Amino acid sequence: MTAFLTLIIVLFIAIAIWQMVKIFDLAQVGSSNSQVATDKDNKINGYLMMGFLIFIYAITIASFWYLGDLPLTSNSASEHGPGLDKLMIISMALIFIVQTITQFLLHYFAFKYKGEKGRKALFYADNNTLEAIWTFIPVVVLAGLIIWGLFTWTSIMNVEETEDTLVVELYAQQFNWKARYAGEDKTLGMANVRLIDIDRANILGVDESDPNAQDDVITTELHLPVGKPVLFKMRSQDVLHSAYMPHFRAQMNCVPGMITQFGFTPTVTTEEMRLNPDIQEKVANINALRLENKEEIEAKGQDLMYEFDYLLLCNKICGKSHYNMQMKIIVETQEEYDAWIAEQKIFKNSLTNN
Amino acid sequence: MSAHADTHAHDDDHGHHHKETFVTKYIFSQDHKMIAKQYLITGTIMGVIGVMMSMMMRMQIAWPEKPNVLFEALLGKWAPEGVMDADIYLALVTIHGTIMVFFVLTAGLSGTFSNLLIPLQIGARDMASGFLNMVSYWLFFLSSVIMCISFFVEFGPAAAGWTIYPPLSALPMAQGGSGMGMTLWLVSMAIFIASSLLGSLNYVVTVINLRTKGMSMTRLPLTIWAFFVTAIIGIVSFPVLLSAALLLIMDRSFGTSFFLSDIFIQGEVLHYQGGSPVLFEHLFWFLGHPEVYIVLLPALGITSEIIATNSRKPIFGYRAMVMSILAIAFLSTIVWGHHMFISGMNPFLGSVFTFTTLLIAIPSAVKAFNYITTLWKGNLQLNPAMLFSIGLVSTFITGGLTGIILGDSALDINVHDTYFVVAHFHLVMGISALYGMFAGIYHWFPKMFGRMLNKNLGYLHFWVTAICAYGVFFPMHFIGMAGLPRRYYTNSNFPLFDDTANANVVITMFALVGGIFQLVYLWNFFYSIFFGKKTVQNPWRSNTLEWTAPVEHMHGNWPGEIPHVHRWAYDYSKPGHDDDFVPQNVPLYDGEEELQH
Repeated sequence: MTAFLTLIIVLFIAIAIWQMVKIFDLAQVGSSNSQVATDKDNKINGYLMMGFLIFIYAITIASFWYLGDLPLTSNSASEHGPGLDKLMIISMALIFIVQTITQFLLHYFAFKYKGEKGRKALFYADNNTLEAIWTFIPVVVLAGLIIWGLFTWTSIMNVEETEDTLVVELYAQQFNWKARYAGEDKTLGMANVRLIDIDRANILGVDESDPNAQDDVITTELHLPVGKPVLFKMRSQDVLHSAYMPHFRAQMNCVPGMITQFGFTPTVTTEEMRLNPDIQEKVANINALRLENKEEIEAKGQDLMYEFDYLLLCNKICGKSHYNMQMKIIVETQEEYDAWIAEQKIFKNSLTNN
Repeated sequence: MSAHADTHAHDDDHGHHHKETFVTKYIFSQDHKMIAKQYLITGTIMGVIGVMMSMMMRMQIAWPEKPNVLFEALLGKWAPEGVMDADIYLALVTIHGTIMVFFVLTAGLSGTFSNLLIPLQIGARDMASGFLNMVSYWLFFLSSVIMCISFFVEFGPAAAGWTIYPPLSALPMAQGGSGMGMTLWLVSMAIFIASSLLGSLNYVVTVINLRTKGMSMTRLPLTIWAFFVTAIIGIVSFPVLLSAALLLIMDRSFGTSFFLSDIFIQGEVLHYQGGSPVLFEHLFWFLGHPEVYIVLLPALGITSEIIATNSRKPIFGYRAMVMSILAIAFLSTIVWGHHMFISGMNPFLGSVFTFTTLLIAIPSAVKAFNYITTLWKGNLQLNPAMLFSIGLVSTFITGGLTGIILGDSALDINVHDTYFVVAHFHLVMGISALYGMFAGIYHWFPKMFGRMLNKNLGYLHFWVTAICAYGVFFPMHFIGMAGLPRRYYTNSNFPLFDDTANANVVITMFALVGGIFQLVYLWNFFYSIFFGKKTVQNPWRSNTLEWTAPVEHMHGNWPGEIPHVHRWAYDYSKPGHDDDFVPQNVPLYDGEEELQH
C-alpha cells in the first residue's frame, strides 16, 4: 500500500511539473519557432550544470555521512584482510581525487563556456604534449596499482597446504551449506555425487569404503579455530554457488564437477568481534531499526534482537531460495573448537541402516 | 584511399522511382532511414518493458514481500494477492538484463544510429545490401517477439540471470524458468545474434566500400569510426555466444555434457560427465565483455559528434580518439576473464586478466580527458542532446573509475557479485549508453522525422534523469561494499544487512521518479513525430554530410550527385571562415590548409 501511495504521489508531482512546462512553452510562442538552444537556455543550463556539480558533491558527502560505516574496509577477521582493506582504501582515495577533479572540470567548463551569440570558440584541435601527459599519468598510477594488486592476489590465492593447515570441505546444494571436517586422520575421504545414498543418510556422497572417510565429520555450522590456517575445498552437487564470507574478505565459486579452493587464517574470534566497539555500534543500530519493525519481524518468526555472527552466504544466483542460503561461521579458541568437534558424530556413525 | 562510392546503376535510378506501397515503404522497407526508425521504435518498446521490470524489482527490494497493486496487475499469477513470487523476481532480473543489454542498447542503439548515419555521413545512397538490412531488422523483431512470448509460458521466463550460467540454466528441475522459458530465451538470442551479424557485416562493408569521393578514413566522423569498430567487435565475438548457446541447447535437449558434470538434483544422479560450467563462462564472457563496448562505443561516438558540434569546436585529439577506439576494441577481446576471478579458474590467469583489464582504463581515460578539453574555451550550445552528452561523460567517469577496483582481482574477491558491481556497470555502460542514445535521438530526431523535439521537455527529461541516475547508483556502491549480494529476492533473512534497508528505500524512490519521468520523453517523442515543429535543413549548424541531404526523406538520400568531401568533419570556428562551421562538402579556399592528423 505504501508503494502504491508513493507511486500516486510521484505521479501527481510528475503531472504538476509537466503542466508547468506546458505553460512555459505556451508563454514562448512566437519568440522563436526553432527548438535550438538560445542564449537564455545556455545561461539557465550553464548554471544548472554548476548546480549539478554541487549535487554530485552533496550526494557524495551524504553517502559518506549516512552510509559511510557500511563499507567493509576495517575490522576484517582474517590475516590477509587488513592488507586488502588498505589497498581498497588507497584505490578509493585515488578514485575520489580523480572523480572530484574531473567532474569539476567537466561541469565548470560547461558553465564557464556556455554559448553566447557572436562569440567564437577557440579552434584548438590537438596538443600532443597534453595528450602524452594524460596517457602517461594513468599508466604510472595503474602500473602501481596493478603491481600492488597482483602481489596481494598472489599471496591470497596461492595457499600452501602444510601440516598445520585445517582442511575443510564446503559443500553446496540448493539451498544450504554443509561443512565436512577430516577428523583424526586429517585426511578427507573420497567423495562423489554418484555415491549419494539418501536412504543411508549419506547426503554428501562420501565413499563409505574409503578408510579416510570413516572419521570425517559433517556439520551444518562452520567452526574455525582462531589463528589456524584453514583451506576450504569446495564442491557443489547441483548448480553454481558461491561461498561468500564477507568478514573474512573471502569468496570462491562452488562448481559442480570440480573442486575449487580458498584459504585464509581467521584472526578474531566471534566473541572478540562482538566486543569490538564498531561492531557493537552497528549491532545497536540494527537492533534499533528492528525494534521499529517489531511486529513484522516477529510475524516472520525471526528472533527480534540481532546478535553479531560471521556468515557464509551464497553469492551466485542458484534458484528460488538463493536469497536464503546461509551458514553460520563461529571462530573460537582451539580448546573450544576441539571440544565442539569431539561432540560431533563421525561419518561412520552417522549412516543409517547400518 | 578514398573510395569512389556512387554506383552508376543507382545514379541512373533515382530519378524515376519504383512505386512504393504501404508495405514496401513502412514494413518491408529496404531503405536505411526507415529501418533505423523501425529499430528505434522497437527498441523503445523493449526499453519500456525493461524499465518497468526494473521498477518492479526496486519496489520489491525496498518493500520486500509487501502486497502491491502494481504487481498484482502486471504479474498476475506470479504475484498471488499482490506479493511478488521469488521465482518471478529472478525472472525479472534476467529479462531486464537481457532486454536492456541486447534489445535496447545493442539493437536499439547500434541498429538505429548505424543504419541512419552510416550511409548519410559517409555519403552513400544506402547500405551495401538493403535486403540484408531488412532481413536483419525483421530477425531482430522476431527475436523480440519470442523473448516477449516467453513471459507467458507455464513456468515463467528464463530466470538464471542474463548470464544464464549452467547448470542452473540447463536443468529444468533446478528452477521453473529453466524449462520452456529458457528454451525460448536461447531461440530468441540465436535469432538475435543472426540479426546482429547481418547488420554488422553490412555496416563494415558499407563503411569500407561506399564512402563518397574525398571521404578518406581520416576524414570520417567519429560516429562512423565508432559504429565501424563496434560492428567488427560484434562480428568477432557474437558467434562465440552463438556457439555457447548451441552447445547449451545440446546439453539441455540432446544429453551431451559440454557444461555439465557430476550432478545430483532432486533425488537423482544425472548422467552428465566431464563437462565444465567454467567453459561456458569463458565462452559467454568472450562475448559478454566485448558486448559492454558494443553498447558503449556507439554512445561515445555519438557523444564525440554532438560535443564537437555544440561546443562549436573541433573534437580535441581526433587521432587519439580514433586510436583509443581501436585500442579499446582490441583490449576488449582479451579482458573477459575479469568476470571470472573467483570462478575456480587458475589464479595465474586472474593475474593476466587484471593486467589487461587495467590497461583498458588508459584509452578510456584519454577519451574522458579529450571530451573535457573539447569543452574548454568552446561556445557551448546547451541543447538537450549536448546535456545528455555531458551527462554521459560524467557517468562514464563516475562508473568507469570503480572499474579500477573491480578489475583488480584481489579487490574483486570481496565485492564480486555485490551491489557494488550493479552500481558500477549500470553507471558506466547502462546509464552512459542510454544517455548516448538519448543524445543521439535529440540530435538526429530532425533528420529522422523532419521535426524537432520540444527542447523544454528535453531539459526537464535530462535534469530529472540525471539527478535520479546518481540518486540510484551512487549510494548503491556503499550498500555493495557492505557485502550485500545482488539478485536476492529479499534481504530480510539477513539481519546483518538491516542497516541497508533505508538506503534501499531512498534508492527505489529515485528509481521510481526517474522511471516515471521517462514518460515525459515518450510523450515528447511520439507527439513530436506528428506535431513537432518543422525543422530546417541543418538545425544544429553541423558539418557532417547528413545535414546536406534534404529534410524530406528520399530514396537515395541526395537528389542529383552525392556531395564530395574536401575536409574533416570538425572544422568548427576555423579561423578564416565567417561562419563557425564549415560543412565537409565545402572545398578548401585558395591557400587554406587542411588540418593534418
